[in-house]
Amino acid sequence: MPETPQRPASNLPPLSLHIPEPRYRPGDTPDFGDIEVPAVEATPRPSEATKPDAMRELSYGLVRVLDFDGQAKGQWDPKLSPERLRTMLRYMMLTRAFDDRMFRAQRQGKTSFYMKCTGEEATSVASTMAIGREDMCFPSYRQQGILIARDYPLIQMMNQIYSNRGDHLMGRQLPIMYSAPEHGFFSVSGNLATQYPQAVGWAMASASKGDSRIATVWCGEGSSAEGDFHSALTFATVYNAPVIFNVVNNQWAISSFSGFAGSERTTFAARAVGYGIAGLRIDGNDPLAVYAATRWAADRARTNNGPTLIEHFTYRSEGHSTSDDPSAYRAADEATAWPLGDPIARLRQHLETLGEWDAERHEAQARELDDLVKTTQKQSEKLGILGHGMHQPFETMFDDVFEELPWHLKEQCAQMLAEQEAKFGPNWKPE
Amino acid sequence: MAETKTMNMIEAINSAMDVMLERDPNMVVMGEDVGFFGGVFRATAGLQKKHGKTRVFDTPINECGIIGVAVGMGAYGLRPVPEIQFADYIYPGLDQLVSEAARLRYRSAGDFICPMTVRTPFGGGIFGGQTHSQSPESIMTHICGVKTVIPSNPYDAKGLLIAAIEDNDPVVFLEPKRIYNGPFSGYYDRPVEPWSKHDASAVPEGHYRIELGKAATVRAGEALTILVYGTMVHVTKTIVEEMGIDAEIIDLRTLLPLDIDAIETSVKKTGRCLIIHEATRTSGFGAELAALVQERCFYHLEAPVERVTGFDTPYPHSLEWAYFPGPVRIATALTKILKD
Repeated sequence: MPETPQRPASNLPPLSLHIPEPRYRPGDTPDFGDIEVPAVEATPRPSEATKPDAMRELSYGLVRVLDFDGQAKGQWDPKLSPERLRTMLRYMMLTRAFDDRMFRAQRQGKTSFYMKCTGEEATSVASTMAIGREDMCFPSYRQQGILIARDYPLIQMMNQIYSNRGDHLMGRQLPIMYSAPEHGFFSVSGNLATQYPQAVGWAMASASKGDSRIATVWCGEGSSAEGDFHSALTFATVYNAPVIFNVVNNQWAISSFSGFAGSERTTFAARAVGYGIAGLRIDGNDPLAVYAATRWAADRARTNNGPTLIEHFTYRSEGHSTSDDPSAYRAADEATAWPLGDPIARLRQHLETLGEWDAERHEAQARELDDLVKTTQKQSEKLGILGHGMHQPFETMFDDVFEELPWHLKEQCAQMLAEQEAKFGPNWKPE
Repeated sequence: MAETKTMNMIEAINSAMDVMLERDPNMVVMGEDVGFFGGVFRATAGLQKKHGKTRVFDTPINECGIIGVAVGMGAYGLRPVPEIQFADYIYPGLDQLVSEAARLRYRSAGDFICPMTVRTPFGGGIFGGQTHSQSPESIMTHICGVKTVIPSNPYDAKGLLIAAIEDNDPVVFLEPKRIYNGPFSGYYDRPVEPWSKHDASAVPEGHYRIELGKAATVRAGEALTILVYGTMVHVTKTIVEEMGIDAEIIDLRTLLPLDIDAIETSVKKTGRCLIIHEATRTSGFGAELAALVQERCFYHLEAPVERVTGFDTPYPHSLEWAYFPGPVRIATALTKILKD
């Protein structure tokens, strides 16, 4: 062991190292009273062509549309039709019903892993509804709301989660790492923030081809600390790429609070300031604010006015994944104490305030969506579940490493098939 | 074949990109200093002027960004050919290469592909010190889903680069920079012979391909098989000729997928195998080659498989010729393997 370095004699005060610590741990009573929530009308909406340096305060404020009485107010109100609002509510409720059912499926041993987005539904559903159907989404792992808002078949999501015979990814990916090119949904990696520069590359390609499509990309506040995030912002500003960066600040990266990504010093939207990119910090639990901000950014990108970074200020109501137990590191009541409420409850309240929705319709829809998910789940399970073993022919393990199978993979495939035959006999077929 | 022109390796590589930019409107060239200036080694000289700024452009100094952006461009439908200025600088982009580019086809079951060719100069002998001299080929061959190509002369460089660009999988195209301007004999104190005196400098001006995964026999022989690639092909040939040894020299050209048939046929014929590379020794590509030869040709071997490599040190600046696997190290190994 090397000796601990001794402090040389000095009259200067000793330095101290700061290790961030969240305010509340298990057993504490959380109080978020000091989170600044400006009045809805307080935030101006600049034109989409505004230069980033003329709108810096929006990186530090909080764009809101819905007040806590369910009224839509202020310059950012996207003024959506009741029909559109009901569609948004339906997608968010479907996302939640899907999450609840799939979480349970994992607990029942039907698959290995699942991740819910409870409390964050607006950040993907409302965001997706504000862009064009042909625009390209580069999701992280908690954006199932994109697929749902684009009417991707639920059964295909479930087939992927179960790695079953219907899984078009051939059981190769961890559950929820979907890929859906026809729905403008890029393959989910699992490595964090790698999709950030990729989205910029896609957007640059679209711009260089004179296309009109833009790219949008998501990451969490935790993974905004990755180098890829900063590479992406650098390239985006250099080439004025038509891309929307979403940072879903749900306060927690597994057990590390947002302070470990820098939130004690500044906002995540303010990362944009140094890059000369438009930055918007928004109430991520306000679906209309998410819609309005995304629409603003999309129009900006589409008119060659450049990229936007949107920080969705929200809260991860549940664990990181089925492998996580948040009661081990954070106060139990944080989600209920969260001052910005729940996105589904808030949109419901808004629709009810407008006289366009009521408790009866809400409960009927909740039941209908629950039934839809349940029925779909039964259909999917007919194609197999992970808990029942392997559903793909063994040799598919070697497909798609390359476009064509080189000799060394052919040899390894033959070896693997011989091993499986020794184990299961010659007549084994995938279930 | 079409009209040929005398080209050095830089000109041949430039010509390959020029031909492909002309043929494929989706191809783009990007990297540090590759645009107006034409690259620090001049490999992209004139391409921006001819093909336009949205096809050939400079990038920020950010290899993670260069490779990550290229992956996204590939997903859009472009065919990106990024340059990493020195192979030593590829590491900040390695996650995008290993976890993204290489596995995109697999993880998406073909929904998305990455038809990217990463060009990068590698190898020492130019007084580049530890950050401009490395040979990271075995890091590349260890990645599942990436092809690794190393040309050793202008004719091969152009044909292989065109095949790499046309390939629908990611290819790392490692350019031995010591021989950009002429084949290197291994004697650093002798003048460098220009490519114009070498047969392989006659390069067709148009489009042609050299299939990836095919080795070339540089010299046929009976006494032993030498497996080699890049700069070391020429060093090896010089020493073999000086010593008057009837060696069969096989230039692998593509390390992955490897031309195993060419290796097996030759070693079974000669019964002896020497592997030469400039990269560091431990876990170098020579270890893989030695294992394959041992597995497939053991009963034909008359001597242990030998390796001649760089040492397991960072590439030293002032002592680079003591590091480099030059004439003395090769001659010693040749003498030993022929005596065994």
